[in-house]
Amino acid sequence: MGLLSVALFSALMVFLSQAPSPAQQPAPTPPLASPSLPSRPEGVSGSASPFGAPTQQAGLNVVVLDPAHGGTDPGARGTGGIRESEIVLDFVIQVRRALELQGFQVVQTRQGNENPSFDDRSATANAQRGAVFVTLHISSTGLPGTVRVYVNSDLPPVADSNGLIPWDRAQAPFLGLSRTFGDLVQGLLAQRFKGSPETVETASVRQLRTTAAPAIAVEISSVTVEDRADLDRMAPGVADAIARGAATFKPSYVIPSSPKALP
Amino acid sequence: MTPRWKSWLIGGLVIAVLGAAIYFPVLRRRVKRAARLQQQSEEQARRELTQPMVINPGDPRVKTKLFWASDTIDSTLVPVTAELPLSNDPVVRSKQVLNTLLAGPVDAELRTLPPDALLLAFYLLPDGTAIADFSEALATSIPSGIVSEQLAVNSITRTLEANVPQVQRLKILIHGQEVETLAGHLDLTGTFVVNTQPAQPPAADKVPAPAPGTLTPDKVPGKLAQPDRKP
Repeated sequence: MGLLSVALFSALMVFLSQAPSPAQQPAPTPPLASPSLPSRPEGVSGSASPFGAPTQQAGLNVVVLDPAHGGTDPGARGTGGIRESEIVLDFVIQVRRALELQGFQVVQTRQGNENPSFDDRSATANAQRGAVFVTLHISSTGLPGTVRVYVNSDLPPVADSNGLIPWDRAQAPFLGLSRTFGDLVQGLLAQRFKGSPETVETASVRQLRTTAAPAIAVEISSVTVEDRADLDRMAPGVADAIARGAATFKPSYVIPSSPKALP
Repeated sequence: MTPRWKSWLIGGLVIAVLGAAIYFPVLRRRVKRAARLQQQSEEQARRELTQPMVINPGDPRVKTKLFWASDTIDSTLVPVTAELPLSNDPVVRSKQVLNTLLAGPVDAELRTLPPDALLLAFYLLPDGTAIADFSEALATSIPSGIVSEQLAVNSITRTLEANVPQVQRLKILIHGQEVETLAGHLDLTGTFVVNTQPAQPPAADKVPAPAPGTLTPDKVPGKLAQPDRKP
């Protein structure tokens, strides 16, 4: 029922905004939606279409932060009880602060120890208009003290169907922008963390595939450190790199003026 | 009912209850033993089915490339060349190379796949789509993280790419089921590209004078990650 009303509302918005524009222009961003959109029902392929009433603000203003795992899924586990799900939450606090200092509004996919599904986390991002998505992870392996940024591997192209994007390939139209954003952040991370790659890498990251926004996964190595403080010391550098990367990326991200236009 | 019949009845019931109380634990032990035997039989049957593909010495020995982790560059694959007798049948050949990959390198630190993972089945469809069904250990024993999961999948795809040109793309199943991720990060719902070129039969790259177990690491590192590690 909820999905049907979302689809009807999307169709209404598309109909009302029938003002064809040959060139893309920065459009007012809609009011920031709370993550109350219904997530995609299990086993049903639907469409993810950003919608909402336009506001006076233009361009990239929202960053959706996703602390990976949570709840019964602790993620990677190290010695001494180090859990990925706890550490990334601490990282997100610092990243959030750094982004807010850069003037961004931040939405988190989880605040505490809950574990939203992959689709629920994507839905949080997909409900925003003109946002970017950053999912944070800590690895079990890799050279400690390094950070890697990933974007999703190539996906089959999406045929333009009035701005509606298949949920399971929602990232497809945004791969180029994701790569640009990822390269910016990785470059800044490489300056701060010796041994980190200089450019973004590709991987089939599940969380990114269904996200209809420029999206990156940031993975910090690793939970195998003997002292958790070694990881905590990385947080300010990671936060600064992501915030500065988003700020540098902002002019590159032209948000389509109508919902039916893909980036 | 006369009091005598009553006492007989009560006596009989008491004996029945006592008998049940004595026999029930025995019955319970028998049921448990039977269940254990059945489980062992199923486990044994599964192991028999998943016996590693026997390398047939009669097959022609070819230079085989296997991709394991580099010992010098972090999170990178390097090809290791081995001389193995491989079948010309692409399915058998795939099983042979994947089982060799699962067996692991001499240096266990360079493993990309968990030591307890098994290849349960391998199929090749006419369109070049391969389906590799691994045991649960592939998902449960692999270190969680994008880099380790990507390394594992890449070692499989690159090994197939180098040795089985008929395989165009790969679908990974875990114990016969499609799973969402390998160990929480890498998406297993789609297929992985293996060979982008049209399939050609493998070259008869025979090697004379076998030296069993010879593994020669190539010098060129794999192209998984951008190496930036200082020695």
